[in-house]
Amino acid sequence: MTKHKKTTSNQFIRRDVLRIGGGVALSAPFVGRAWAETVEINMLAWYGHGEPDMVGAFEEANNVKFVPKYYAGGDNMLALIAQSPPGTYDIILSDGEFVQQLNAAGYIEELSADDYPFDDMLHEDFTKFPGHWDGDKLYSMILRGGHLGVSYNTTAMSAEEASSYEGFWKPELKGKVGHFDWHLPNLGMMSLKNGNGASLWDLTDDQWSAVQETTLSLREQIGGYFDYGGTFNGLKNGEMQAMCGIGDWITGVLERDGAPVASIIPKEGGIQFTESYCIGKDSEKADLVKSFIQYMMSPEGQVKSAQMLAYPGFCVTKGGRALLQEVDAKEAERSHQIDGMPNEPIALINEGRIHYRDIPQQQTLEDWNDFWSEYKNA
Amino acid sequence: MRTKKTIDLYALTWRVPIILWQLLFFVGPVLFMVAISFFVVKNYRMTEAFEVVNWQKMLSRGYFWDSYWYTLFIASLSASIAMLIAFPAAWALAFRASDRLRSWAVFLLIIPFFTSYLVRTFSWYVILAESGVLNAILGFVGLGPFTMLNTHFGTIVGYLTLTLPLAVILQTVTMANIDKNLIEAARNLGCKPLATIWRVVLPLSKTGMIIAALFCFILAFGDFVAPFYLGGSQEPTLPILILDTTKSGQQWPRAAVVAIMMMLTLFTIAFTAIALAYRKPKGSK
Repeated sequence: MTKHKKTTSNQFIRRDVLRIGGGVALSAPFVGRAWAETVEINMLAWYGHGEPDMVGAFEEANNVKFVPKYYAGGDNMLALIAQSPPGTYDIILSDGEFVQQLNAAGYIEELSADDYPFDDMLHEDFTKFPGHWDGDKLYSMILRGGHLGVSYNTTAMSAEEASSYEGFWKPELKGKVGHFDWHLPNLGMMSLKNGNGASLWDLTDDQWSAVQETTLSLREQIGGYFDYGGTFNGLKNGEMQAMCGIGDWITGVLERDGAPVASIIPKEGGIQFTESYCIGKDSEKADLVKSFIQYMMSPEGQVKSAQMLAYPGFCVTKGGRALLQEVDAKEAERSHQIDGMPNEPIALINEGRIHYRDIPQQQTLEDWNDFWSEYKNA
Repeated sequence: MRTKKTIDLYALTWRVPIILWQLLFFVGPVLFMVAISFFVVKNYRMTEAFEVVNWQKMLSRGYFWDSYWYTLFIASLSASIAMLIAFPAAWALAFRASDRLRSWAVFLLIIPFFTSYLVRTFSWYVILAESGVLNAILGFVGLGPFTMLNTHFGTIVGYLTLTLPLAVILQTVTMANIDKNLIEAARNLGCKPLATIWRVVLPLSKTGMIIAALFCFILAFGDFVAPFYLGGSQEPTLPILILDTTKSGQQWPRAAVVAIMMMLTLFTIAFTAIALAYRKPKGSK
């Protein structure tokens, strides 16, 4: 007589496992098919661009799902693309100055200018933004911008003191000045401090040595080198009273929460970061991505970009700015996106006080990075 | 007469997975890292090559050696502090506490490891900030405020967050295994408390103590979080230099050089420490 092990209703026996397993296996293709209806769009971007506040509405309306991969810094972005198979990223949000390199390496698709609202741009420069075009061919669509200058705690510095990069050397700020840990904006600012103006990226050997000297003289004041989170915390908890290398993109987030911080474009000039969309080479979802870029260039999309939770940026289209003033007057005013306001972004560009961020012209990025490492150890 | 050696299949079966694991996940990656230290980066893409340029570049840079000596110093300092702070606690747990209390204490010391080290590090922001809890308490007695974040002090606090519980556990386990009769005998023979520690407890717990210090050093030497978030990257340690090197210009081969130098340093220190730990006293067999 064969003995059967008694089972209770709460115990699984092998037959149950096989039955459930088989059911799961058989139903998997159908489940997969149902899920497949949602198209995934792989995005390579700075932090925040693939979050629900930016892409949620588009995802819902088009049954797509953005899968963001975030980077920090243009060369980090280039490396991520270089190390991935073609077609990995459907949409790339690039810093303006790196678009040219993306194009030269063949990482992005050509765009059709007719698809985008070039007749609605707030500034002429935005229609033919440097590096975005190769002759008559368009490769990237400018989405937003932001200005970098002196960011400071308003209880520790007056607006007048912050109106020059000299403010970073204020004796009372010793150990309280922080750096956003990326050589490009910091050394760009030191170049502006040295009076290089529009040629801030195009430095002769002597000018480059002078920039290094100026930077090294700031070392005594420095309290730390931070990533986005560290910069944010440093300003928020008052550990850092002034920050070099950033602008409203970080202080704006804190300001929205009522922190006593601000950013100012000093008299020596400021730097503009520009963020632009590109369609990844060999993307199979190019049409969907084009629709998304069109959506982000629409007034609604531009408002979402200006209100982006991770960090704000100003609208580049007239329609976007008008809608922002209508739906979020507070943010429009806070970010000076109202004609006639002091420090209004477009007026600053027209006055020649803003220089688009670029890469070093006469030195290599490696030279600048090497010096940055030396500086941190000085 | 020669005896024929037979292969013990049972023992081999149990050893093979470990050997395979080490080959696949340690020896293989290390060899790969050595190989890429000779590669070159062109247009942000690593290209296979055999060039010594990365070694020349990194080892000739002053900032590399500054970071190297600083990392060595601060990791040693942190390990020493961890060992010193841990000792009284471990002593009390090993010799004064009941078995039950010791078990609970070890359990409580393990609990911090349940939480992410990054989260524990960030929680120090609230405590160490100038407007933080510690300065508020010090303010009551008329002291401060002191700058503790973004300093060497901050880095050490971060390292201790990582290593101190481990140091206490290892020291406790080591000392708990000492025959208490030996300590009592020393006291009965007139040995004073400090002399008892120096002449009885430490020699008997030497191996465990050295291993504990070694663990504290290794963890601190390779840690990126504490010097970056609590030390404000000043001065940059070698793990921060690795990040800087890969972040800008994507110089993975140069980062590999830094990593290999770190490994060589750790191997040297670990082998020396282990040799010291297991060295038999003179005259013993």
